[in-house]
Amino acid sequence: MKLTVWTYEGPPHVGAMRVATGMEGLHYVLHAPQGDTYADLLFTMIERRGQRPPVTYTTFQARDLGSDTATLFKDACHAAYDRFRPEALIVGASCTAELIQDDPGGLAERLGLPVPVIALELPSYSRKELFGTDETFYQLARQLAQPCERTPEVSCNILGPVGLGFRHRDDVVEVTKLLDAMGIAVNCVAPMGARPSDLGRLGAAHFNVLLYPEHAEAAARWLEREHGQPFTRTIPIGAQATRAFVAEVAELAGVAPVLDAASLRQPWWSASVDSTYLTGKRVFVFGDATHAVAAAKVARDEMGFEVCGLGCYNREFARPLRALAREMGVEALITDDYLEVERAIAAAAPEMILGTQMERHIGKRLGIPCAVISSPVHVQDFPARHSPQMGVEGANVLFDTWVHPLVMGLEEHLLTMFREDFEFSDAAGPSHHGGHAPAAAHPAEPESPQGISGQRTDGEPVWVEAAERELRKIPFFVRGKARRNTEIFAVERGLAEIGVETLYEAKAHYAR
Amino acid sequence: MTGCTDTPVLKERGQHEVFCGLTGIIWLHRKMQDAFFLVVGSRTCAHLLQSAAGVMIFAEPRFGTAILEEGDLAGLKDANEELDREVARLLERRPDIRQLFLVGSCPSEVIKLDLARAAERLSAEHAPNVRVLNYSGSGIETTFTQGEDACLAAMVPGLAATDAETLLLVGALPDVVEDQARDLLAAMGITSVQVLPGRRAAADPTVGPNTRYALLQPFLGDTAAALDARGATRIPAPFPFGEEGTTLWLRAVADAFGVDDATFARATDAPRARARKAVAAVAGTLRDKRVFFLPDSQLELPLARFLTRECGMQAVEVGTPFLHAQIMADELALLAEGPRIAEGQDVEKQLDRVRADRPDLTVCGLGLANPLEREGLTTKWAIELVFTPVHFYEQAGDLASLFARPIRRKALLAAGRGDAPVAVAAE
Repeated sequence: MKLTVWTYEGPPHVGAMRVATGMEGLHYVLHAPQGDTYADLLFTMIERRGQRPPVTYTTFQARDLGSDTATLFKDACHAAYDRFRPEALIVGASCTAELIQDDPGGLAERLGLPVPVIALELPSYSRKELFGTDETFYQLARQLAQPCERTPEVSCNILGPVGLGFRHRDDVVEVTKLLDAMGIAVNCVAPMGARPSDLGRLGAAHFNVLLYPEHAEAAARWLEREHGQPFTRTIPIGAQATRAFVAEVAELAGVAPVLDAASLRQPWWSASVDSTYLTGKRVFVFGDATHAVAAAKVARDEMGFEVCGLGCYNREFARPLRALAREMGVEALITDDYLEVERAIAAAAPEMILGTQMERHIGKRLGIPCAVISSPVHVQDFPARHSPQMGVEGANVLFDTWVHPLVMGLEEHLLTMFREDFEFSDAAGPSHHGGHAPAAAHPAEPESPQGISGQRTDGEPVWVEAAERELRKIPFFVRGKARRNTEIFAVERGLAEIGVETLYEAKAHYAR
Repeated sequence: MTGCTDTPVLKERGQHEVFCGLTGIIWLHRKMQDAFFLVVGSRTCAHLLQSAAGVMIFAEPRFGTAILEEGDLAGLKDANEELDREVARLLERRPDIRQLFLVGSCPSEVIKLDLARAAERLSAEHAPNVRVLNYSGSGIETTFTQGEDACLAAMVPGLAATDAETLLLVGALPDVVEDQARDLLAAMGITSVQVLPGRRAAADPTVGPNTRYALLQPFLGDTAAALDARGATRIPAPFPFGEEGTTLWLRAVADAFGVDDATFARATDAPRARARKAVAAVAGTLRDKRVFFLPDSQLELPLARFLTRECGMQAVEVGTPFLHAQIMADELALLAEGPRIAEGQDVEKQLDRVRADRPDLTVCGLGLANPLEREGLTTKWAIELVFTPVHFYEQAGDLASLFARPIRRKALLAAGRGDAPVAVAAE
């Protein structure tokens, strides 16, 4: 048993729904109690889909448990087939139905429906949502992809986009542009947008572009093994990764690498003099492993940020993240415990968080700005405009969306200079944030003297009043870092008090 | 007049499309300020609470999920030990918690985890600081608002006994509305008023044979039965939605407490007039429009009564997840004959009827709203009706507005496009 307040991943059958909802002509019959139908609103409300997800729930109740829930399931399969006439059916159980052991797969097989019926084994009590997407797409590919001739022209499949994905819709457009520039045709985009019959022809492509390993790596590996299709490893997020992706694709396709960088503005925007203030900004990165790794590299290598924390919630992909964290000199945070992430962010006191909807909450609580880089996300992360993360335009979008939460350029200096100005101070917040003062996010700081934990504890150095006052003169967006550095400095030297002198000695010590 | 009293009820059984009782936590955890709701369930339960509300609430939620994992399913002894440990950790982290609700879910019901015993054990362990109660919000037992009913019903046996003559208001209302209700009653001289649930554990009401209670929400059947078992007496009344409903509800309470007509008039005339005026300002948009209720909250019958009698709408179908004949008797009598009354759900068949009827407004759950909008139908989310202040005189206009807003919006957008202000055709 594990206590959770918020969770990064839903159950695995929600992963299966994300695959089914992305596709067309596929229907999912889910043996589940009525409460599980909440999952529909993820798609209709958060993603603003105009259709209900293609899912029929058996919605059994307590009174059904004594009788025959298996019949209920079989009836639901027949009714779903008759009403929706899908090209293929997937069947499975949610966590509660798993406990009553009706074996949806076996039951569905004996129904004799005239379309492929694919049974999903998604153990709810040991696996989570991303396992559900990956496993579902793998089973679909395995059972539907037929041996077939390669297309005469060089072509690839784009694998991984699903329902509720972070900017999947827009990423596919950008990646298709990159491929198009090299004369590479797209045989099939899957799961999103594909029909079961399209999956039948996956084997016609020469290679696979794996955009989201979390959702499609098992399928990509199986296609490599069974259909001889190699797949790409580079995730084209950021200018450098986009170039590397183009090179990797060119090699797999046996064509010359071509990249139209005419509209790639991000490298120059990052180099422009206005970006000087971005130097060494401390960012904390947390999300799914793929997006977190990509974001950390872009943050360090293309934006000149310092990555002061790096983590992911999906253990399955933790290895590359751990390696990168080691290289960046930070400790990898692999956890799905929201409270643990909150503690780590509070301790690191970054100037910005690159995270998920959950980190947006943490940021709000701690008064730290946050840009979203990964699911789970909310309705505002399905923008009406084109807003990719990948490819050339994706790199541009990253620059804009990561820079905007920060206090920009000259404003940083003006905030220091005119901190008594009521329209232009801590309480007013950054002037470009649309006038919502982050007053609540910066609670009044406690009166000194206090210990470094915020409360007085014997043996810990204490902030004297003058130092505390001096600390408050530092702009809010770097005050956390200054406090922390000074305290570490004082502890290392065994000081009993932190005075104004200590504050400035620490500042000099940590000067960059 | 008997209205719909004898209308045959269409009973449906098929695929449901409605929240489970766990979702009651979303408003209850804000209402009871020193309570914590610990769902003993699966990852799905945690994801449901988060999706239905958690990600929209920026204050730290006073709810959480103890997620059952493979190990817990192996043997119950383990699960109990694990639960005790998680509860101890939780209470250590939140020393402000005075009431802890262990909330049963589908998986905990199916594996027959005995939360009643766990609550007893934990109550003894954490007394006197924390009282531990349990109820089921599982989807195999409860839908949506029934979670509140189960929660309040679970509180009733533990309420202190009294012989005092008091009025007990039953149902979680927004604080501002609860205060308005107290003010209206005080103006009639009824001052011994208690509310279930109390805002804090220490404010929980007392109950006994001289307690008369009035329901504020129509979905509190089990709570009513539990109060009856304690010897309390229900004051039957329509529900306080709209000017008419509020007046009839107050009249019933006033009669029970011997309030004379002059006092009643003095207390209610001015707010009645305000409510009528506010509803009239909105009713123009609603008049003669046809409304269809899919079953969600058990608020459907009282709301249909308000919309038809005070706003001039026509009800096509009024679906409700459960129809409590006694509690709804006054509502059914007021609702004019005409609409289909349906209990339970077969969502595909209901959607077929919606499409055939093409009502001007469909009241439905969140999962169905956008797909119906895409088909050119105008919708109102049922969930807003339990989150928004809608009871009593001062909210009568707001309640009408909730239904008028989607219709006005459709007209505004149609006008902006230069379309005739009628329903937009499906793509």
